[in-house]
Amino acid sequence: MAMQFYASPEQVQRDRSEYARKGIARGRSAVVLTYEGGILLVAENITTLRKISEIYDKIGFAAVGRYNEFESLRRAGIRMADVNGYSYDRRDVTGRFLANAYTQTLGAIFTETQKPYEVEICIAQVGASPETDELYRITYDGSVMDEPGFMAMGGQAEAISTVLRERHDGAAELPTALHLAAEALGSVGGENGATRTLDAKQLEVAVLDRRRKGRAFRRIQGAALTTLLEGDKSVPEQDLGDVDAAPPPPATDKPTVSAASEEEPNSPESADPAEPSDGVNGDGS
Amino acid sequence: MPDYFTNAGTSSFTQFLTHASPELLPGRRPLPPGLSADIAPHATTIVAIATADGVVMGGDRRATMGNLIASRDIEKVHPADSYSLIGIAGTAGIGIELMRLFQVELEHYEKIEGTMLSLDGKANRLAGMVRGNLGAAMQGLAVVPLFAGFDLSPTDPAKIGRIFSFDVAGGLYEETGYDAIGSGSLFAKSALKKKYRVGLSTDEAIRFAVEALYDAADDDTATGGPDLTRKIFPVVMTATASGVHRLTDAEITAVAEQVVAGRMENPGG
Repeated sequence: MAMQFYASPEQVQRDRSEYARKGIARGRSAVVLTYEGGILLVAENITTLRKISEIYDKIGFAAVGRYNEFESLRRAGIRMADVNGYSYDRRDVTGRFLANAYTQTLGAIFTETQKPYEVEICIAQVGASPETDELYRITYDGSVMDEPGFMAMGGQAEAISTVLRERHDGAAELPTALHLAAEALGSVGGENGATRTLDAKQLEVAVLDRRRKGRAFRRIQGAALTTLLEGDKSVPEQDLGDVDAAPPPPATDKPTVSAASEEEPNSPESADPAEPSDGVNGDGS
Repeated sequence: MPDYFTNAGTSSFTQFLTHASPELLPGRRPLPPGLSADIAPHATTIVAIATADGVVMGGDRRATMGNLIASRDIEKVHPADSYSLIGIAGTAGIGIELMRLFQVELEHYEKIEGTMLSLDGKANRLAGMVRGNLGAAMQGLAVVPLFAGFDLSPTDPAKIGRIFSFDVAGGLYEETGYDAIGSGSLFAKSALKKKYRVGLSTDEAIRFAVEALYDAADDDTATGGPDLTRKIFPVVMTATASGVHRLTDAEITAVAEQVVAGRMENPGG
């Protein structure tokens, strides 16, 4: 009978952690930060495979690391959220619930399987104001952290976080927040420590727009992204992308009730997070 | 979370539910033998009209249970997603469940795949869901939807607004121009037949939809007409290039009042 070498549990955990961290550090980074109008999710991504996704009405997802692993986590999140929203109500799907499910799953994978997941994910839930936004960082070993308004993931996340920590402002406008995100991502990875300037083709950008009723997730891509990155603040809100693959809805002065989303009027009472959406959200009424 | 949440699996929410929570799916519950048609409220007339810009769908507000009016303000026309509409006729409870499930089905696919289903894909999916209810339908709990939407990638550029009807066995039929379902559909369709022409504007089609519902209510007790005293008017929605829009209370009130005023002069329309 072959002799098994003894490895202490501490050693096993350390090896797995190191393995996961190395895997994550190889990939490009992503940042998530709050701004005045919602939550901005930005990933450095030159491929068409996405790192940022919609999970539910107010909840977005960003991930770094191994694609097949975070893609299966993303699907799982959408499935969980949809099952819960369907069997209870759309308002009963929360970011904390999803963060809990992810931390359990990743924790179990880390301790029970040979190979840990090489991923780090963020669950972002947009609230009525920057103070009520929730950002959860869930790492490869299942630990979960509640982040204060901004977070960076991936290789050299520390350096990126430093830039964000110095300059993040929850009251900033979208173009300012986007510039900060792009500069933070570009602050690492240059040759000999030089900074890089990232353009629209290198970034995957989405927002969770706190002013929208219903589905808050909007991708910003193409011309709208280029214009925003060039610092032009004249981009009208309606041009800021749309739900996946759908052409942006043109401006309308009539209230629209749709399964997808509607623009919330800027009235004081509409800032109440407990206000039930009058959109048809699949509640059958 | 269980394995079936994380596996590659399917992009379909209903298919996923068969693994995760089959009890949430309609059409899987054993029914006691015998006809059960009169145990639950029935939703009635829905009309849809294709226009130059998309489609218009309208539904009256009445639900009946035998000789009783179960509800005067039920809403039977809903957005299926941001470019399509669904209206339901038949057993209201099952219809509403079908509609909710269909809404989640479309949104789920969109989120998982990052792209929308084609309009035909959506209609086929809905046909499958109606087919799943065949057992209940044979015992009197039938539900038949009407599906219409704006086609984002039409094969024929002239046909951007498309209407699909279904039968209880899950048969899917694309309709030309206009269609109606429900107990008053016979009268609504006859009214539309006289007025419909190709290339209607959205405003004209809205007016015709309300007229057709008025005609249905005129001859069918299960269809409710405009209720001027309570200000309950049909639900009318449009699906165009700018997405789905539900007529506001003010908009539909204006149209309904015009229609009623017209009938004061000429009761036959």
